Amino acid sequence: MPAQIIQTNNSPFADVSVDAVTLDIIENALRNARTEMDAVLFRTAMSPGIREQHDAFPMIANQEGKMVVGQFGSFFWGFQQGYEGTIEEGDVFLTNDPYTCNGAVSHLNDWLMMMPIYIDGRIVAWSAMFGHMTDIGGKVPGSLPTDAAQIFEEGIQVPPVKIFRKGELNKEILELILRNCRLPEWNRSDFNAIVAALRLAERRIFEMADRFGVDHLVFAMQEMLDRNKRAMNSILNTVIPEKKQHFTDYIDDDGMGMGPYKVVCTMWREGDLVIFDFEGTDPQSISSVNFLLNEEMFKMFLGTFFINLFDPQILFNDGFYDLVDVRIPRGSILKPIRPAALSSRTHMLGRIFDIMSGLLGQGSPDALCAAGFSDSPHFMYSGYDKNGEWYQLYQIGFGGIPGRPAGDGPDGHSLWPAFTNVPNEFLEAYFPLRIVKYETITDSGGPGLHRGGNGLSMGYQFLEPGEISIHDDRWLTHPWGVNGGLPGQRSDKLMVRAEGETEWMPSKCDRIKVNVGDTLYFNTWGGGGWGDPLQREASKVALDVRRGLVSNEGARRYGVVLISNRSVDESATSDLRRRMASERGDVGLFNFGGTVEELKARCKADTNLDPPVTPVFQKWMGRSSKGAAA
Amino acid sequence: MHGTTVATNTVLTASGAKVGLVTTKGYKQVLQIARSFVPGGLGGWVIFNKSDPLAPLELTIDVDERIGADGEVIRPLDESGLRESLESLAQERIEALTVSLMNAYTNGAHEERVRQIAESVMPGIPISISSEVVPEMYEYERTETTVVNSYIRPVVSTYMENLEAELNRRMTGVQLHILRSDGGLASAEVAKATPVNLLMSGPAGGVSGAIWMARQAGYSDLLTFDMGGTSTDVALIQNGIAQTRRETRVADITVRSSSVDVRSVGAGGGSIAYVPELTKALRVGPQSAGAEPGPAAYGKGGTEPTVTDANVVLGYLPSSAKLGGDLLIDHAKAEEAVSTVGKAMGLSVREAAEGIVNIVNENMFGALRLVSVEQGFDPRDFALIGFGGAGPLHANALGKLMNSWPVIIPPGPGVLCAYGDATTRVRDESARTFVRRFADTDDQEVLGILRELSAAAGSTLDLEGVPKAEQTTLYQIDLRYAGQGMRLTVNMTPEEFETGGLKELGRRFDEMHEQLFTFSLETQRELYNLRALVQGRESAAQGETLPSGNGDPSTAIYANTKIFFEGRDHDASIMDRSALKSGDLIRGPAVVTEMDSTTLVLPEHTGAVDQFGNILIRPNNT
Repeated sequence: MPAQIIQTNNSPFADVSVDAVTLDIIENALRNARTEMDAVLFRTAMSPGIREQHDAFPMIANQEGKMVVGQFGSFFWGFQQGYEGTIEEGDVFLTNDPYTCNGAVSHLNDWLMMMPIYIDGRIVAWSAMFGHMTDIGGKVPGSLPTDAAQIFEEGIQVPPVKIFRKGELNKEILELILRNCRLPEWNRSDFNAIVAALRLAERRIFEMADRFGVDHLVFAMQEMLDRNKRAMNSILNTVIPEKKQHFTDYIDDDGMGMGPYKVVCTMWREGDLVIFDFEGTDPQSISSVNFLLNEEMFKMFLGTFFINLFDPQILFNDGFYDLVDVRIPRGSILKPIRPAALSSRTHMLGRIFDIMSGLLGQGSPDALCAAGFSDSPHFMYSGYDKNGEWYQLYQIGFGGIPGRPAGDGPDGHSLWPAFTNVPNEFLEAYFPLRIVKYETITDSGGPGLHRGGNGLSMGYQFLEPGEISIHDDRWLTHPWGVNGGLPGQRSDKLMVRAEGETEWMPSKCDRIKVNVGDTLYFNTWGGGGWGDPLQREASKVALDVRRGLVSNEGARRYGVVLISNRSVDESATSDLRRRMASERGDVGLFNFGGTVEELKARCKADTNLDPPVTPVFQKWMGRSSKGAAA
Repeated sequence: MHGTTVATNTVLTASGAKVGLVTTKGYKQVLQIARSFVPGGLGGWVIFNKSDPLAPLELTIDVDERIGADGEVIRPLDESGLRESLESLAQERIEALTVSLMNAYTNGAHEERVRQIAESVMPGIPISISSEVVPEMYEYERTETTVVNSYIRPVVSTYMENLEAELNRRMTGVQLHILRSDGGLASAEVAKATPVNLLMSGPAGGVSGAIWMARQAGYSDLLTFDMGGTSTDVALIQNGIAQTRRETRVADITVRSSSVDVRSVGAGGGSIAYVPELTKALRVGPQSAGAEPGPAAYGKGGTEPTVTDANVVLGYLPSSAKLGGDLLIDHAKAEEAVSTVGKAMGLSVREAAEGIVNIVNENMFGALRLVSVEQGFDPRDFALIGFGGAGPLHANALGKLMNSWPVIIPPGPGVLCAYGDATTRVRDESARTFVRRFADTDDQEVLGILRELSAAAGSTLDLEGVPKAEQTTLYQIDLRYAGQGMRLTVNMTPEEFETGGLKELGRRFDEMHEQLFTFSLETQRELYNLRALVQGRESAAQGETLPSGNGDPSTAIYANTKIFFEGRDHDASIMDRSALKSGDLIRGPAVVTEMDSTTLVLPEHTGAVDQFGNILIRPNNT
């Protein structure tokens, strides 16, 4: 039974209209409100993941719960269907349970809070925000255990609860939750920060209702949704062909020695409806790399991908949802069945962007981007310092943006909006760490007419004994290149122990003991190259060499020969380029750097690590959407 | 005294020095990586192209050395290796050098030694070191700030030396002072060494002028609204003091340096209006027609509809208005341009023009909210002062949106910054990052540091010849709850800190946190930066006064016109500002023209002329 909405005023909103200019003004006001929500949160939150790296997402929705401003699309409808209780003025809901909100948040670390906004006894809008908490309990610090087999190992689960009931904080529930977290003050402050952001949205809605009239505001929000739908309809009809396009990509392993896991997606258009079908995707994993993909969120990813190219000023919203149909087989790694573990979903979440690039670009190769830094790799470090105080770091790493039609991919940057790195001086001041290296990896960007960005090498030297976790991917499969561009270099992790021994660490591991003086080199991957590297201006390659971004030998992958002062040897270069062009033969649209079988066969030699074994799926996994619905 | 845009322009036109950079080993790409930030929303990376750092990576060398987070030397400086790298860098003919080493904010010894060695390897090359320019935590921001300092230093030095020489040739006994970004004054010597503090000198001049004019009119709580051709700058003034912040932005460059908290939006008279085919929404700016070709109404070849064209169509900017010279307004061209927007949206030309004006007002309203509402200030407690070429045309409308009264239009609003330059005070500040939880320090330790900082800043004023008795000190303390990323700045006088200490500081911080974010916490508070600001005495200059009139400005009226407002025509008079007398009441709607600007008084509003020539606009119903 869906939630029961209690309103003291049930009269419908008046049938009004809003002129085009006022509509644009309201759009602007809502945009400002969203920016303000972010500002309040980033300034007052304590989890470095939120305050420094901006892993948090605000939203304002209309009275029906459709997102009018925000990033990841609305989840109110799903919430209202699943919540058995009342929704009243002054209520604020808290949940972190992906399975009760159909993946609106996709692991327990993300705390989602939602609030109906009432004026004169009627709901006129909703505000919501979610942010990544550093810790929510569970079996490992950071609450992201790679080897979790069930969600019960990943920390406290909070199904939707009224954390404020008619304006009154439910202290007992809050304390119960905080009791389960390793850094309760951080969670408390982040919680307060999110509430402050929601209340701010409420005040702004009140002001807008005062200024424009409630009925006008409600009408304007609906009109903004419709406007988006019209715009997206014409975009989708232009860029998505009716003919089926297929694409397959992977995450490399599950942290338990099995992999890679395959994601298959087919895209086509039937009239005004665009279909994305994930049939053929591998079943769910026995570890925590599953990603509960919310269909609406996927639509949102798709929409924002396009909208940057057409009217970047538009306030992107839910309005076009009816135009897209997303089909995900139940029991697959993108729609696992409870109680499957979910905490380490970041790799699959990121990979969705590469899959989208690969699909959309096939129709128009000129708009195709290479595979990028499609992940948010994690590094975690915790223990007790000399004074017996608990320290706990959770950090997101960055890598190479792919080569794109627009130009070279930036080196060591983020694919996620608003994310920034944590300054190393901050790390050294607050954690027992010394960062001995913070540079991009020479030659790691895939060569191309537009070079892929280099991956990043970060050297963590430990100053206290403790434990670390590493969560990364793309150590086996390559970030692929396109239109003649070559793949980027894969990731690796090298531990240099204080005594001098070296050790290649797996891409995903938890609870690795470290001692004073040990150093971990956390090397992320480069972006794939775009276009023919033999066509890149030789002087640009020479400049990259002078900058240390490409080596002398690396320049030869562009067919560029340099002389001793690192200027171009013109005749040797044109000879080499001619020879390379004839030897390589035909260039395909994608360059994956080999098949999975080939990559596995030379895995040990290439990566110093054993190849993962092919996943074994239990019978009960992978029930197709067409089969039993349970 | 002199306000200057030479520093800003050097950045904007990319005409600075060829800068070399020395970093700690392992950090050569500190500017290349920056903060890993990609602007735009989800998918913003598809179109983002990053500009090259101001100190090119090929001119960056690293040196084997290391200072720890607590200031301890972890690895000694490899002097011979450094010398070698510097010698090859010298071959590249760099024009300025920056040294920025890890954790130098806690201990500048290695940076100072690098400077000594560099001076011997490349004599005559100006060297900026991060521990002197901005001794604050965060390696990227500190490096970027110090590099910008190096980048603009030769240009600014040359400019100031020429200026000084010219001054000395013309007059004797004159000392040159430069207006800093934070609204204070610096000696030419100090300004030449740290020009990064001059990036906002121009806008700071406008704000200082506004403060001075408004004080004469009797107002010291202000919102300043400076609208030019391509952008609008706004700031909040409380008690006659501009809010400052520890960040200065010019184009896509952000540095750590105090500046008057001026927020800019890309909305000005030249902002272009357009209607994207896909969404049929009306967008105004940030693209601008600039000075060339300019708005269509200027008849210099511009054809795209701008905000100025909309003002012409609506009758707000009459053909008789002067546009800083003998430029004539071409009404027909403005109509033609604006009608393209009207056609795309199905509106009449005047409706489209009013839409453009409303949208651009809304954009500027957003900026004004940013400095007021979003900082916890109620705009109804503030007067709004409008200046710049286009400010007086839009100020009345902004006053309405903000509910900030009166709206003050100072005389000569187009050149207000000239007043600012003549009314500011000599100022210097000294700062240090001091990260400590309250429990780990005490009043005496903090006071000791504050006193050292105040002595350091005071010595600059001593050199300027400002007597000790005329120097006043203000402590500025940045703090937060331990674990937070942001800092709030609490101001305290030395007396207040001596009496109240950390306890009083904490109380004020909690109060501020509550005001800004609606909650305070029980968590430990943590100090971050300590700063002492020392200022000389204020100048007592007064503006000229107008003769008194009888309240009726009819002799100033030289034409009658119609203006289009809220969907219909209104009869309005056009008057000459120079003919207005003290005490005159301008009944809206009215258009007031003068040399460099045009003021619009809306229907239902009245502008009162005060004895200094300010027009104070208020709604009739109050």
